[in-house]
Amino acid sequence: MLRGLIPLAVFLLLIALLWAGLQLDPRKIPSPLIDKPAPEFSLPRLDNPELSFNSKDLLGQVWLLNIWASWCVACRSEHPVLNAWSQQDDIFLVGMDYKDRREDGHNWLETLGNPYRLSVMDEKGRTGMDWGVYGVPETFVIDKKGIIRYKHIGPVSWDDLKTTLRPLINQLRQETS
Amino acid sequence: MRQHILLLIVALACTNSSFAAFNLKRFDNPEYAQRYEGLIYQMRCLVCQNQTIADSDADLAKDLRNEIYKMIKAGKTDQQIVDFMVARYGEFVLYKPRVEQKTWLLWGGPALLLFAGVATLIWNISRKNRQSDPGIEQSALDKAHQLLGEDDRA
Repeated sequence: MLRGLIPLAVFLLLIALLWAGLQLDPRKIPSPLIDKPAPEFSLPRLDNPELSFNSKDLLGQVWLLNIWASWCVACRSEHPVLNAWSQQDDIFLVGMDYKDRREDGHNWLETLGNPYRLSVMDEKGRTGMDWGVYGVPETFVIDKKGIIRYKHIGPVSWDDLKTTLRPLINQLRQETS
Repeated sequence: MRQHILLLIVALACTNSSFAAFNLKRFDNPEYAQRYEGLIYQMRCLVCQNQTIADSDADLAKDLRNEIYKMIKAGKTDQQIVDFMVARYGEFVLYKPRVEQKTWLLWGGPALLLFAGVATLIWNISRKNRQSDPGIEQSALDKAHQLLGEDDRA
């Protein structure tokens, strides 16, 4: 009697496995950079190419790097969330305009609003490569020691913000640098 | 009409991937060219995930090809280039992931399944063998022999 149930058990196990597989998003590839030092970069600023910004300057504080581009459709849906977030919370959000033209990036921020404390240009995408960027938008959370603690792939939604990003940032701020 | 069909065939023939000229890179050293080919065909494009970066026309694949080209010209070894890619994009970037703690199930899984299958098979066969002694009573056996005309044995 019990033996007859074995194929059924195997079948149910397979169903459970496949069901779990369906919940995964194959586009979300875990980053090997989590818990590793953030790749340092020095890039020209979007607002003024004469000035450059070095990521080392942010050591000692929790900050976020949002990688976006004016040609990126998903970034357009994310942008209002970032705008509202930067108004509600005191966050240090750095924008990286990835493989884009400077004037397009400019126009974007002018028409859609600017949630960034600071924006840099990664025209060739070489810095993006160091950060393992493969699809914009991507958002990294960096702690006071300059370690990448979290990577969000795809547009940040209100839900992501409330359930993951906000609590994480609060927690990281309490850590000693 | 016939001309049109001919034209269509020619047009279709031209779309063959062997015409993928975007892969062409110039190397002075034939060994470098061979290594370049080898590397770009073992890396997965992260944008279109079922293509190698050699086959993919995605922007990122193009960038990665360029980067590999530059690294080879700069004298980096294959191992260094693979490490560079894995450090940024993870094991996923390799079509043939390396054997390590994270990937042992991937590599060992088929062997485990095979082992489980063979073990079940052996178990089943040995169980059947044990049962094959039907345990017929001697009197019934005698009667059977008698009926079959094997009196001398009874």
